[in-house]
Amino acid sequence: MNDIALILPEMTLLGFACAVLLLDAFIGKRVPQAAFWCAMIGGLVVLAQLASYVPETAKFGFAGTFRVDVVGTVLKSFMVVLVLVSFFYAREYFAKREMPHGEHYSLALFATLGMMLLVSANSLLTVYLGLELLSLSMYAMVATQRDSVMASEAAMKYFVLGALASGMLLYGMSFLYGVTGTLDLSELLIKVSVAEDKRLLLTFSLVFLLVGISFKLGIVPFHMWVPDVYQGAATPVTQFIGTAPKLAAFGMAMRLLVDGLWGLAEDWQQMLVILAVLSMGVGNILAIAQTNLKRMLAYSTIAHMGYLLLGMLSATASGYAASMFYITVYALMSMGAFGLIILLGSKTSEADELQDLAGLARRSPWFGFIMLILMFSMAGVPPFAGFWAKWFVLKEVVQANYVWLAAVAVMFSLVGAFYYLRIIKLMYFDEPVRNQAVEASQDLKLVLSVNGLAVLALGLAPSALMSVCVSATLPYLPW
Amino acid sequence: MLSLSHYLIIGAALFCLSVAGIFINRKNVIVLLMCIELMLLAVNMNFIAFSHFNQDIAGQVFVFFILTVAAAESAIGLAILVVLFRNRNSINVEDLDAMKG
Repeated sequence: MNDIALILPEMTLLGFACAVLLLDAFIGKRVPQAAFWCAMIGGLVVLAQLASYVPETAKFGFAGTFRVDVVGTVLKSFMVVLVLVSFFYAREYFAKREMPHGEHYSLALFATLGMMLLVSANSLLTVYLGLELLSLSMYAMVATQRDSVMASEAAMKYFVLGALASGMLLYGMSFLYGVTGTLDLSELLIKVSVAEDKRLLLTFSLVFLLVGISFKLGIVPFHMWVPDVYQGAATPVTQFIGTAPKLAAFGMAMRLLVDGLWGLAEDWQQMLVILAVLSMGVGNILAIAQTNLKRMLAYSTIAHMGYLLLGMLSATASGYAASMFYITVYALMSMGAFGLIILLGSKTSEADELQDLAGLARRSPWFGFIMLILMFSMAGVPPFAGFWAKWFVLKEVVQANYVWLAAVAVMFSLVGAFYYLRIIKLMYFDEPVRNQAVEASQDLKLVLSVNGLAVLALGLAPSALMSVCVSATLPYLPW
Repeated sequence: MLSLSHYLIIGAALFCLSVAGIFINRKNVIVLLMCIELMLLAVNMNFIAFSHFNQDIAGQVFVFFILTVAAAESAIGLAILVVLFRNRNSINVEDLDAMKG
Protein backbone atom coordinates (compact mmCIF):
# COMPACT_ATOMS: atom_id res chain seq x y z
CA MET A 1 0.00 0.00 0.00
CA ASN A 2 1.73 3.16 -1.04
CA ASP A 3 1.45 6.54 0.64
CA ILE A 4 -0.74 8.19 -1.96
CA ALA A 5 -3.34 5.43 -1.83
CA LEU A 6 -3.58 5.78 1.95
CA ILE A 7 -4.20 9.51 1.82
CA LEU A 8 -6.48 9.38 -1.23
CA PRO A 9 -9.71 10.50 0.55
CA GLU A 10 -7.90 13.50 2.03
CA MET A 11 -6.41 14.45 -1.33
CA THR A 12 -9.79 14.18 -3.00
CA LEU A 13 -11.30 16.38 -0.34
CA LEU A 14 -8.54 18.95 -0.80
CA GLY A 15 -9.21 18.95 -4.55
CA PHE A 16 -12.93 19.48 -4.04
CA ALA A 17 -12.39 22.19 -1.42
CA CYS A 18 -10.23 24.12 -3.92
CA ALA A 19 -12.78 23.45 -6.68
CA VAL A 20 -15.59 24.83 -4.51
CA LEU A 21 -13.52 27.93 -3.82
CA LEU A 22 -12.85 28.51 -7.53
CA LEU A 23 -16.39 27.70 -8.64
CA ASP A 24 -17.77 30.18 -6.16
CA ALA A 25 -15.31 32.87 -7.22
CA PHE A 26 -15.96 32.48 -10.96
CA ILE A 27 -19.58 31.41 -11.40
CA GLY A 28 -20.93 32.01 -7.88
CA LYS A 29 -22.92 35.06 -9.03
CA ARG A 30 -24.62 33.30 -11.94
CA VAL A 31 -25.08 29.85 -10.38
CA PRO A 32 -25.43 30.40 -6.63
CA GLN A 33 -25.98 26.68 -5.98
CA ALA A 34 -22.75 25.58 -7.69
CA ALA A 35 -20.63 25.67 -4.55
CA PHE A 36 -23.21 23.70 -2.58
CA TRP A 37 -23.56 20.92 -5.12
CA CYS A 38 -19.83 20.69 -5.75
CA ALA A 39 -19.26 20.34 -2.00
CA MET A 40 -21.97 17.67 -1.76
CA ILE A 41 -20.50 15.65 -4.63
CA GLY A 42 -17.05 15.99 -3.10
CA GLY A 43 -18.30 14.71 0.23
CA LEU A 44 -20.02 11.73 -1.37
CA VAL A 45 -16.91 10.80 -3.36
CA VAL A 46 -14.80 10.98 -0.20
CA LEU A 47 -17.35 8.85 1.62
CA ALA A 48 -17.21 6.23 -1.12
CA GLN A 49 -13.41 6.22 -0.97
CA LEU A 50 -13.45 5.85 2.80
CA ALA A 51 -15.91 2.96 2.61
CA SER A 52 -13.97 1.21 -0.13
CA TYR A 53 -10.85 0.73 1.96
CA VAL A 54 -11.08 -0.27 5.62
CA PRO A 55 -7.80 -1.93 6.63
CA GLU A 56 -7.88 -4.76 9.14
CA THR A 57 -4.70 -3.68 10.88
CA ALA A 58 -3.35 -0.15 11.05
CA LYS A 59 -1.46 0.96 7.94
CA PHE A 60 1.19 3.67 8.13
CA GLY A 61 2.27 6.11 5.48
CA PHE A 62 4.51 9.14 4.94
CA ALA A 63 7.37 7.92 7.14
CA GLY A 64 4.98 6.91 9.89
CA THR A 65 3.31 10.29 10.30
CA PHE A 66 -0.02 9.20 8.85
CA ARG A 67 -2.08 6.23 9.92
CA VAL A 68 -5.17 4.56 8.52
CA ASP A 69 -7.06 2.21 10.81
CA VAL A 70 -10.61 1.18 11.55
CA VAL A 71 -11.34 3.69 14.29
CA GLY A 72 -9.99 6.52 12.15
CA THR A 73 -11.94 5.48 9.07
CA VAL A 74 -15.18 5.08 11.02
CA LEU A 75 -14.77 8.49 12.67
CA LYS A 76 -13.92 10.08 9.32
CA SER A 77 -17.01 8.59 7.68
CA PHE A 78 -19.23 9.85 10.51
CA MET A 79 -17.67 13.30 10.25
CA VAL A 80 -18.15 13.54 6.48
CA VAL A 81 -21.80 12.48 6.83
CA LEU A 82 -22.38 15.08 9.54
CA VAL A 83 -20.73 17.79 7.46
CA LEU A 84 -22.86 16.93 4.42
CA VAL A 85 -26.06 17.01 6.47
CA SER A 86 -25.05 20.35 7.95
CA PHE A 87 -24.71 21.74 4.40
CA PHE A 88 -28.45 21.25 3.82
CA TYR A 89 -29.22 23.30 6.91
CA ALA A 90 -26.66 25.95 5.94
CA ARG A 91 -28.08 26.33 2.44
CA GLU A 92 -31.55 26.96 3.83
CA TYR A 93 -30.30 29.49 6.38
CA PHE A 94 -28.29 31.51 3.87
CA ALA A 95 -31.01 31.32 1.20
CA LYS A 96 -33.62 32.66 3.63
CA ARG A 97 -31.38 35.62 4.42
CA GLU A 98 -30.14 36.06 0.84
CA MET A 99 -26.55 35.95 2.03
CA PRO A 100 -23.68 34.79 -0.20
CA HIS A 101 -22.57 31.44 1.13
CA GLY A 102 -20.00 29.93 -1.21
CA GLU A 103 -17.14 30.44 1.21
CA HIS A 104 -19.03 28.62 3.94
CA TYR A 105 -18.80 25.36 2.01
CA SER A 106 -15.17 25.67 1.03
CA LEU A 107 -14.11 26.66 4.56
CA ALA A 108 -16.17 23.77 5.92
CA LEU A 109 -14.45 21.36 3.54
CA PHE A 110 -11.02 22.65 4.57
CA ALA A 111 -12.05 22.22 8.20
CA THR A 112 -13.15 18.67 7.37
CA LEU A 113 -9.76 18.02 5.81
CA GLY A 114 -8.18 19.20 9.07
CA MET A 115 -10.43 16.89 11.04
CA MET A 116 -9.56 13.93 8.83
CA LEU A 117 -5.84 14.59 9.24
CA LEU A 118 -6.33 14.94 12.97
CA VAL A 119 -7.93 11.54 13.41
CA SER A 120 -5.37 9.85 11.14
CA ALA A 121 -2.43 11.44 12.88
CA ASN A 122 0.41 9.23 13.97
CA SER A 123 2.84 12.00 14.77
CA LEU A 124 2.69 15.09 16.95
CA LEU A 125 3.38 17.11 13.82
CA THR A 126 0.31 15.72 12.02
CA VAL A 127 -1.80 16.33 15.10
CA TYR A 128 -0.69 19.95 15.18
CA LEU A 129 -1.20 20.55 11.46
CA GLY A 130 -4.62 18.92 11.41
CA LEU A 131 -5.69 20.84 14.46
CA GLU A 132 -4.56 24.17 13.04
CA LEU A 133 -6.21 23.56 9.67
CA LEU A 134 -9.43 22.79 11.51
CA SER A 135 -9.17 25.72 13.91
CA LEU A 136 -8.14 28.36 11.38
CA SER A 137 -11.02 27.39 9.09
CA MET A 138 -13.44 27.59 11.99
CA TYR A 139 -12.21 31.04 13.12
CA ALA A 140 -12.84 32.27 9.61
CA MET A 141 -16.25 30.59 9.45
CA VAL A 142 -17.37 32.33 12.63
CA ALA A 143 -16.27 35.68 11.19
CA THR A 144 -17.96 35.21 7.78
CA GLN A 145 -21.02 37.12 9.01
CA ARG A 146 -19.09 40.33 8.43
CA ASP A 147 -21.67 42.89 9.53
CA SER A 148 -22.61 41.23 12.80
CA VAL A 149 -21.08 42.74 15.93
CA MET A 150 -21.63 39.55 17.88
CA ALA A 151 -20.11 37.29 15.23
CA SER A 152 -16.92 39.33 14.93
CA GLU A 153 -16.57 39.51 18.69
CA ALA A 154 -17.15 35.77 18.98
CA ALA A 155 -14.54 35.16 16.27
CA MET A 156 -11.97 37.28 18.09
CA LYS A 157 -12.55 35.52 21.41
CA TYR A 158 -12.45 32.15 19.71
CA PHE A 159 -9.24 33.07 17.89
CA VAL A 160 -7.35 34.36 20.94
CA LEU A 161 -8.39 31.51 23.22
CA GLY A 162 -7.85 28.96 20.47
CA ALA A 163 -4.37 30.23 19.75
CA LEU A 164 -3.61 30.18 23.46
CA ALA A 165 -4.76 26.55 23.63
CA SER A 166 -2.69 25.47 20.65
CA GLY A 167 0.29 27.29 22.17
CA MET A 168 -0.18 25.26 25.36
CA LEU A 169 -0.52 22.06 23.33
CA LEU A 170 2.70 22.86 21.46
CA TYR A 171 4.56 23.60 24.68
CA GLY A 172 3.52 20.20 25.97
CA MET A 173 4.58 18.59 22.70
CA SER A 174 7.99 20.25 22.88
CA PHE A 175 8.66 18.70 26.28
CA LEU A 176 7.33 15.35 25.14
CA TYR A 177 9.74 15.55 22.22
CA GLY A 178 12.56 16.61 24.49
CA VAL A 179 12.07 13.75 26.92
CA THR A 180 11.47 10.96 24.41
CA GLY A 181 13.36 12.31 21.40
CA THR A 182 10.60 11.38 18.97
CA LEU A 183 7.48 12.91 17.42
CA ASP A 184 6.09 9.59 16.28
CA LEU A 185 3.12 8.43 18.36
CA SER A 186 3.90 4.72 17.92
CA GLU A 187 7.44 5.30 19.17
CA LEU A 188 6.16 7.51 21.96
CA LEU A 189 3.96 4.65 23.11
CA ILE A 190 7.02 2.47 23.67
CA LYS A 191 9.35 5.15 24.99
CA VAL A 192 6.86 6.54 27.48
CA SER A 193 6.16 3.18 29.04
CA VAL A 194 9.86 2.43 29.58
CA ALA A 195 10.90 5.93 30.73
CA GLU A 196 10.05 5.45 34.41
CA ASP A 197 12.80 7.82 35.55
CA LYS A 198 11.38 10.72 33.53
CA ARG A 199 7.86 10.30 34.80
CA LEU A 200 7.66 13.80 36.30
CA LEU A 201 8.58 15.59 33.07
CA LEU A 202 6.22 13.40 31.09
CA THR A 203 3.35 14.20 33.43
CA PHE A 204 4.25 17.87 33.10
CA SER A 205 3.91 17.71 29.33
CA LEU A 206 0.75 15.62 29.65
CA VAL A 207 -0.90 18.47 31.55
CA PHE A 208 -0.23 20.86 28.67
CA LEU A 209 -1.52 18.35 26.12
CA LEU A 210 -4.69 17.90 28.14
CA VAL A 211 -5.23 21.66 28.18
CA GLY A 212 -5.21 21.63 24.38
CA ILE A 213 -7.55 18.63 24.15
CA SER A 214 -9.93 20.06 26.76
CA PHE A 215 -10.07 23.34 24.92
CA LYS A 216 -11.00 21.63 21.67
CA LEU A 217 -13.71 19.58 23.35
CA GLY A 218 -14.87 22.59 25.37
CA ILE A 219 -14.33 21.14 28.82
CA VAL A 220 -14.36 23.19 32.03
CA PRO A 221 -12.14 25.10 32.91
CA PHE A 222 -11.24 25.64 29.22
CA HIS A 223 -14.81 26.24 28.09
CA MET A 224 -14.89 30.07 28.07
CA TRP A 225 -15.11 30.27 24.29
CA VAL A 226 -18.01 27.83 23.90
CA PRO A 227 -21.01 29.97 25.00
CA ASP A 228 -19.81 33.11 23.22
CA VAL A 229 -18.99 31.36 19.96
CA TYR A 230 -22.21 29.33 19.97
CA GLN A 231 -24.28 32.44 20.56
CA GLY A 232 -22.37 34.87 18.37
CA ALA A 233 -21.83 32.76 15.25
CA ALA A 234 -24.48 32.33 12.57
CA THR A 235 -26.59 29.27 13.43
CA PRO A 236 -25.27 26.97 10.66
CA VAL A 237 -21.72 27.81 11.74
CA THR A 238 -22.61 27.00 15.34
CA GLN A 239 -24.17 23.80 14.12
CA PHE A 240 -21.02 22.92 12.22
CA ILE A 241 -18.76 23.67 15.19
CA GLY A 242 -21.01 21.71 17.52
CA THR A 243 -21.04 18.48 15.52
CA ALA A 244 -18.21 17.08 13.37
CA PRO A 245 -15.28 18.87 15.13
CA LYS A 246 -16.39 17.27 18.41
CA LEU A 247 -15.81 13.87 16.82
CA ALA A 248 -12.43 15.10 15.60
CA ALA A 249 -11.53 16.30 19.09
CA PHE A 250 -12.48 12.88 20.43
CA GLY A 251 -10.29 11.29 17.79
CA MET A 252 -7.43 13.60 18.74
CA ALA A 253 -7.83 12.69 22.41
CA MET A 254 -7.72 9.00 21.48
CA ARG A 255 -4.62 9.44 19.33
CA LEU A 256 -2.70 11.44 21.92
CA LEU A 257 -3.79 9.78 25.15
CA VAL A 258 -4.32 6.18 24.09
CA ASP A 259 -2.16 5.68 21.00
CA GLY A 260 0.67 7.86 22.29
CA LEU A 261 0.62 8.23 26.04
CA TRP A 262 -0.86 4.95 27.15
CA GLY A 263 2.05 4.64 29.57
CA LEU A 264 0.68 7.61 31.50
CA ALA A 265 -2.87 6.22 31.68
CA GLU A 266 -2.93 6.33 35.48
CA ASP A 267 -2.13 10.03 35.41
CA TRP A 268 -4.56 11.06 32.73
CA GLN A 269 -7.33 8.99 34.24
CA GLN A 270 -7.10 11.06 37.41
CA MET A 271 -7.02 14.32 35.48
CA LEU A 272 -9.99 13.30 33.33
CA VAL A 273 -12.01 12.49 36.47
CA ILE A 274 -11.56 16.08 37.69
CA LEU A 275 -12.31 17.57 34.26
CA ALA A 276 -15.41 15.39 33.84
CA VAL A 277 -16.89 16.34 37.22
CA LEU A 278 -16.22 20.05 36.65
CA SER A 279 -17.67 19.91 33.15
CA MET A 280 -20.86 18.09 34.10
CA GLY A 281 -21.38 20.38 37.06
CA VAL A 282 -20.64 23.78 35.54
CA GLY A 283 -22.31 22.95 32.21
CA ASN A 284 -25.57 21.68 33.67
CA ILE A 285 -25.90 24.35 36.35
CA LEU A 286 -25.08 27.37 34.19
CA ALA A 287 -27.37 26.13 31.39
CA ILE A 288 -30.34 26.67 33.72
CA ALA A 289 -29.66 30.39 33.89
CA GLN A 290 -29.71 30.96 30.11
CA THR A 291 -32.48 32.63 28.15
CA ASN A 292 -30.79 32.30 24.76
CA LEU A 293 -31.34 28.87 23.23
CA LYS A 294 -27.97 28.72 21.47
CA ARG A 295 -26.19 29.72 24.66
CA MET A 296 -28.15 27.14 26.61
CA LEU A 297 -27.16 24.48 24.10
CA ALA A 298 -23.56 25.64 24.48
CA TYR A 299 -23.62 24.95 28.20
CA SER A 300 -25.38 21.68 27.51
CA THR A 301 -22.49 20.80 25.16
CA ILE A 302 -20.04 21.48 27.96
CA ALA A 303 -21.98 19.11 30.20
CA HIS A 304 -22.19 16.45 27.49
CA MET A 305 -18.43 16.59 26.95
CA GLY A 306 -18.07 15.77 30.65
CA TYR A 307 -20.08 12.60 30.08
CA LEU A 308 -17.94 11.81 27.06
CA LEU A 309 -14.85 11.83 29.30
CA LEU A 310 -16.48 9.24 31.59
CA GLY A 311 -16.10 6.57 28.93
CA MET A 312 -12.53 7.56 28.09
CA LEU A 313 -11.31 7.65 31.65
CA SER A 314 -12.24 4.03 32.21
CA ALA A 315 -9.31 3.32 29.84
CA THR A 316 -10.70 0.12 28.33
CA ALA A 317 -11.68 -0.76 24.78
CA SER A 318 -15.36 -0.92 25.75
CA GLY A 319 -15.01 2.49 27.43
CA TYR A 320 -13.72 4.02 24.20
CA ALA A 321 -16.57 2.37 22.31
CA ALA A 322 -19.04 3.89 24.79
CA SER A 323 -17.46 7.32 24.35
CA MET A 324 -17.52 6.99 20.59
CA PHE A 325 -21.20 6.06 20.74
CA TYR A 326 -21.81 9.04 23.02
CA ILE A 327 -20.09 11.58 20.81
CA THR A 328 -21.82 10.30 17.66
CA VAL A 329 -25.26 10.40 19.26
CA TYR A 330 -24.50 13.80 20.75
CA ALA A 331 -23.48 15.17 17.35
CA LEU A 332 -26.72 13.90 15.85
CA MET A 333 -28.82 15.47 18.62
CA SER A 334 -27.13 18.85 18.49
CA MET A 335 -27.36 18.81 14.68
CA GLY A 336 -31.12 18.47 15.07
CA ALA A 337 -31.46 21.06 17.83
CA PHE A 338 -29.58 23.73 15.85
CA GLY A 339 -31.46 22.61 12.75
CA LEU A 340 -34.70 23.46 14.50
CA ILE A 341 -33.40 26.96 15.27
CA ILE A 342 -32.60 27.34 11.55
CA LEU A 343 -36.10 26.09 10.70
CA LEU A 344 -37.77 28.63 12.99
CA GLY A 345 -35.58 31.54 11.92
CA SER A 346 -36.70 34.07 9.36
CA LYS A 347 -34.97 36.78 7.40
CA THR A 348 -35.25 39.25 10.25
CA SER A 349 -34.92 37.01 13.27
CA GLU A 350 -32.52 34.30 14.32
CA ALA A 351 -35.20 32.68 16.56
CA ASP A 352 -32.59 31.75 19.13
CA GLU A 353 -34.36 32.94 22.28
CA LEU A 354 -36.15 30.42 24.45
CA GLN A 355 -39.35 32.45 24.03
CA ASP A 356 -39.28 31.76 20.29
CA LEU A 357 -40.09 28.14 21.08
CA ALA A 358 -43.19 29.02 23.08
CA GLY A 359 -46.24 27.23 21.77
CA LEU A 360 -44.30 25.51 18.98
CA ALA A 361 -46.46 22.40 19.37
CA ARG A 362 -49.46 24.45 18.26
CA ARG A 363 -47.67 26.28 15.47
CA SER A 364 -46.21 23.09 14.07
CA PRO A 365 -47.12 19.86 15.87
CA TRP A 366 -44.70 17.74 13.86
CA PHE A 367 -41.60 19.85 14.55
CA GLY A 368 -42.69 20.30 18.15
CA PHE A 369 -42.59 16.52 18.33
CA ILE A 370 -39.14 16.37 16.68
CA MET A 371 -37.80 18.87 19.22
CA LEU A 372 -39.46 16.82 21.97
CA ILE A 373 -37.49 13.76 20.80
CA LEU A 374 -34.25 15.75 20.73
CA MET A 375 -34.74 17.29 24.16
CA PHE A 376 -35.78 14.02 25.81
CA SER A 377 -32.79 12.39 24.17
CA MET A 378 -30.38 15.07 25.41
CA ALA A 379 -31.85 14.75 28.90
CA GLY A 380 -31.24 10.99 28.73
CA VAL A 381 -34.83 9.75 28.88
CA PRO A 382 -35.48 6.24 27.52
CA PRO A 383 -36.15 5.07 24.85
CA PHE A 384 -34.21 7.78 22.99
CA ALA A 385 -30.59 7.47 21.84
CA GLY A 386 -29.29 9.86 24.50
CA PHE A 387 -30.41 7.46 27.20
CA TRP A 388 -28.29 4.64 25.78
CA ALA A 389 -25.33 6.97 25.34
CA LYS A 390 -25.45 7.85 29.04
CA TRP A 391 -26.19 4.25 30.00
CA PHE A 392 -23.10 2.90 28.19
CA VAL A 393 -20.68 5.44 29.67
CA LEU A 394 -22.10 5.04 33.17
CA LYS A 395 -21.75 1.27 32.90
CA GLU A 396 -18.07 1.71 31.99
CA VAL A 397 -17.48 4.07 34.91
CA VAL A 398 -19.04 1.63 37.36
CA GLN A 399 -16.96 -1.21 35.93
CA ALA A 400 -13.82 0.90 36.35
CA ASN A 401 -14.67 1.14 40.08
CA TYR A 402 -15.68 4.80 40.09
CA VAL A 403 -19.14 4.24 41.53
CA TRP A 404 -19.14 7.66 43.20
CA LEU A 405 -18.39 9.27 39.86
CA ALA A 406 -21.37 7.51 38.27
CA ALA A 407 -23.56 8.77 41.12
CA VAL A 408 -22.31 12.34 40.58
CA ALA A 409 -22.96 12.02 36.84
CA VAL A 410 -26.53 10.84 37.40
CA MET A 411 -27.15 13.66 39.85
CA PHE A 412 -25.93 16.28 37.41
CA SER A 413 -28.01 14.77 34.63
CA LEU A 414 -31.04 15.24 36.88
CA VAL A 415 -30.08 18.90 37.17
CA GLY A 416 -29.74 18.96 33.39
CA ALA A 417 -33.15 17.40 32.86
CA PHE A 418 -34.66 20.60 34.27
CA TYR A 419 -33.70 22.85 31.40
CA TYR A 420 -34.47 20.30 28.71
CA LEU A 421 -37.92 19.70 30.18
CA ARG A 422 -38.43 23.45 30.45
CA ILE A 423 -38.17 23.63 26.65
CA ILE A 424 -40.76 20.90 26.29
CA LYS A 425 -43.02 22.78 28.72
CA LEU A 426 -42.52 25.96 26.66
CA MET A 427 -43.42 24.17 23.44
CA TYR A 428 -46.44 22.25 24.68
CA PHE A 429 -48.03 24.31 27.43
CA ASP A 430 -47.22 27.97 26.76
CA GLU A 431 -49.01 30.39 24.49
CA PRO A 432 -47.17 31.15 21.25
CA VAL A 433 -45.66 34.66 21.01
CA ARG A 434 -46.18 34.73 17.25
CA ASN A 435 -48.88 32.61 15.76
CA GLN A 436 -47.70 32.23 12.19
CA ALA A 437 -46.99 28.80 10.76
CA VAL A 438 -43.40 27.60 10.36
CA GLU A 439 -42.08 28.35 6.89
CA ALA A 440 -39.23 26.40 5.37
CA SER A 441 -38.33 24.52 2.23
CA GLN A 442 -39.29 20.88 1.81
CA ASP A 443 -35.63 19.81 1.84
CA LEU A 444 -35.04 21.26 5.26
CA LYS A 445 -38.23 19.78 6.67
CA LEU A 446 -37.25 16.38 5.32
CA VAL A 447 -33.66 16.54 6.62
CA LEU A 448 -34.77 17.71 10.05
CA SER A 449 -37.45 15.02 10.29
CA VAL A 450 -34.99 12.30 9.32
CA ASN A 451 -32.51 13.73 11.80
CA GLY A 452 -35.00 13.65 14.66
CA LEU A 453 -36.33 10.22 13.76
CA ALA A 454 -32.76 8.89 13.54
CA VAL A 455 -32.33 9.81 17.21
CA LEU A 456 -35.51 7.87 18.00
CA ALA A 457 -34.46 4.92 15.81
CA LEU A 458 -31.02 4.74 17.42
CA GLY A 459 -32.77 4.73 20.78
CA LEU A 460 -34.90 1.77 19.77
CA ALA A 461 -31.98 -0.10 18.21
CA PRO A 462 -28.79 1.19 19.82
CA SER A 463 -26.90 -2.00 19.02
CA ALA A 464 -26.67 -1.03 15.33
CA LEU A 465 -24.38 1.92 16.11
CA MET A 466 -22.83 0.36 19.19
CA SER A 467 -21.60 -2.68 17.26
CA VAL A 468 -19.83 -0.36 14.81
CA CYS A 469 -18.20 1.50 17.72
CA VAL A 470 -17.18 -1.76 19.41
CA SER A 471 -15.60 -3.17 16.27
CA ALA A 472 -13.83 0.15 15.62
CA THR A 473 -12.22 0.17 19.06
CA LEU A 474 -11.46 -3.56 19.01
CA PRO A 475 -7.73 -3.02 18.30
CA TYR A 476 -7.41 -1.47 21.76
CA LEU A 477 -8.48 -4.71 23.45
CA PRO A 478 -5.10 -6.14 24.50
CA TRP A 479 -4.36 -3.14 26.69
CA MET B 1 29.14 26.81 27.63
CA LEU B 2 25.36 27.13 27.41
CA SER B 3 23.52 24.01 28.53
CA LEU B 4 20.06 22.74 27.61
CA SER B 5 18.53 24.15 30.77
CA HIS B 6 19.57 27.70 29.82
CA TYR B 7 17.53 27.45 26.64
CA LEU B 8 14.62 25.86 28.44
CA ILE B 9 14.61 28.67 31.01
CA ILE B 10 14.48 31.27 28.25
CA GLY B 11 11.70 29.31 26.58
CA ALA B 12 9.74 29.06 29.81
CA ALA B 13 10.26 32.76 30.58
CA LEU B 14 9.03 33.79 27.13
CA PHE B 15 6.09 31.44 27.43
CA CYS B 16 5.09 32.80 30.85
CA LEU B 17 5.46 36.37 29.61
CA SER B 18 3.16 35.70 26.68
CA VAL B 19 0.51 33.96 28.80
CA ALA B 20 0.67 36.79 31.33
CA GLY B 21 0.38 39.25 28.44
CA ILE B 22 -2.79 37.59 27.19
CA PHE B 23 -4.43 37.60 30.61
CA ILE B 24 -3.24 40.93 32.02
CA ASN B 25 -3.65 43.03 28.88
CA ARG B 26 -7.02 44.77 28.94
CA LYS B 27 -6.42 47.51 26.39
CA ASN B 28 -5.43 46.37 22.95
CA VAL B 29 -6.27 43.34 20.84
CA ILE B 30 -3.09 43.79 18.76
CA VAL B 31 -1.03 43.18 21.87
CA LEU B 32 -2.90 39.90 22.25
CA LEU B 33 -1.81 38.90 18.74
CA MET B 34 1.78 39.80 19.61
CA CYS B 35 1.58 37.67 22.75
CA ILE B 36 0.35 34.72 20.72
CA GLU B 37 3.32 35.07 18.35
CA LEU B 38 5.68 35.27 21.32
CA MET B 39 4.18 32.08 22.70
CA LEU B 40 4.84 30.19 19.48
CA LEU B 41 8.41 31.52 19.43
CA ALA B 42 8.93 30.27 22.97
CA VAL B 43 7.84 26.84 21.82
CA ASN B 44 10.20 27.07 18.84
CA MET B 45 13.06 27.84 21.21
CA ASN B 46 12.26 24.66 23.13
CA PHE B 47 12.04 22.54 20.01
CA ILE B 48 15.34 23.78 18.61
CA ALA B 49 17.13 23.33 21.92
CA PHE B 50 15.82 19.79 22.31
CA SER B 51 16.56 19.03 18.70
CA HIS B 52 20.17 20.20 19.08
CA PHE B 53 20.88 18.44 22.35
CA ASN B 54 19.09 15.20 21.33
CA GLN B 55 20.95 15.20 17.97
CA ASP B 56 17.64 14.70 16.16
CA ILE B 57 16.49 16.76 13.20
CA ALA B 58 12.72 16.24 13.59
CA GLY B 59 12.37 19.06 16.12
CA GLN B 60 13.79 21.58 13.70
CA VAL B 61 11.44 20.39 10.98
CA PHE B 62 8.58 20.92 13.39
CA VAL B 63 9.77 24.50 13.92
CA PHE B 64 9.44 25.24 10.20
CA PHE B 65 5.86 24.04 10.30
CA ILE B 66 5.11 26.12 13.39
CA LEU B 67 6.54 29.22 11.72
CA THR B 68 4.40 28.66 8.63
CA VAL B 69 1.25 28.04 10.62
CA ALA B 70 1.99 31.08 12.80
CA ALA B 71 2.03 33.24 9.67
CA ALA B 72 -1.36 31.87 8.57
CA GLU B 73 -2.66 32.29 12.07
CA SER B 74 -1.69 35.94 12.35
CA ALA B 75 -3.16 36.61 8.91
CA ILE B 76 -6.51 35.25 10.08
CA GLY B 77 -6.19 37.04 13.42
CA LEU B 78 -5.59 40.39 11.72
CA ALA B 79 -8.44 39.76 9.30
CA ILE B 80 -10.80 39.16 12.21
CA LEU B 81 -9.40 42.27 13.87
CA VAL B 82 -10.26 44.37 10.81
CA VAL B 83 -13.82 42.98 10.78
CA LEU B 84 -14.12 43.68 14.49
CA PHE B 85 -12.86 47.23 14.13
CA ARG B 86 -15.30 47.96 11.29
CA ASN B 87 -18.20 46.79 13.44
CA ARG B 88 -17.26 48.37 16.73
CA ASN B 89 -14.79 51.17 15.95
CA SER B 90 -12.64 49.95 18.79
CA ILE B 91 -9.99 47.32 19.42
CA ASN B 92 -10.18 47.66 23.16
CA VAL B 93 -10.31 44.28 24.89
CA GLU B 94 -12.66 45.62 27.54
CA ASP B 95 -15.20 46.51 24.86
CA LEU B 96 -15.62 42.86 23.86
CA ASP B 97 -18.64 42.40 26.10
CA ALA B 98 -21.69 42.06 23.85
CA MET B 99 -22.31 38.55 25.18
CA LYS B 100 -22.40 37.56 28.83
CA GLY B 101 -23.76 34.83 31.09
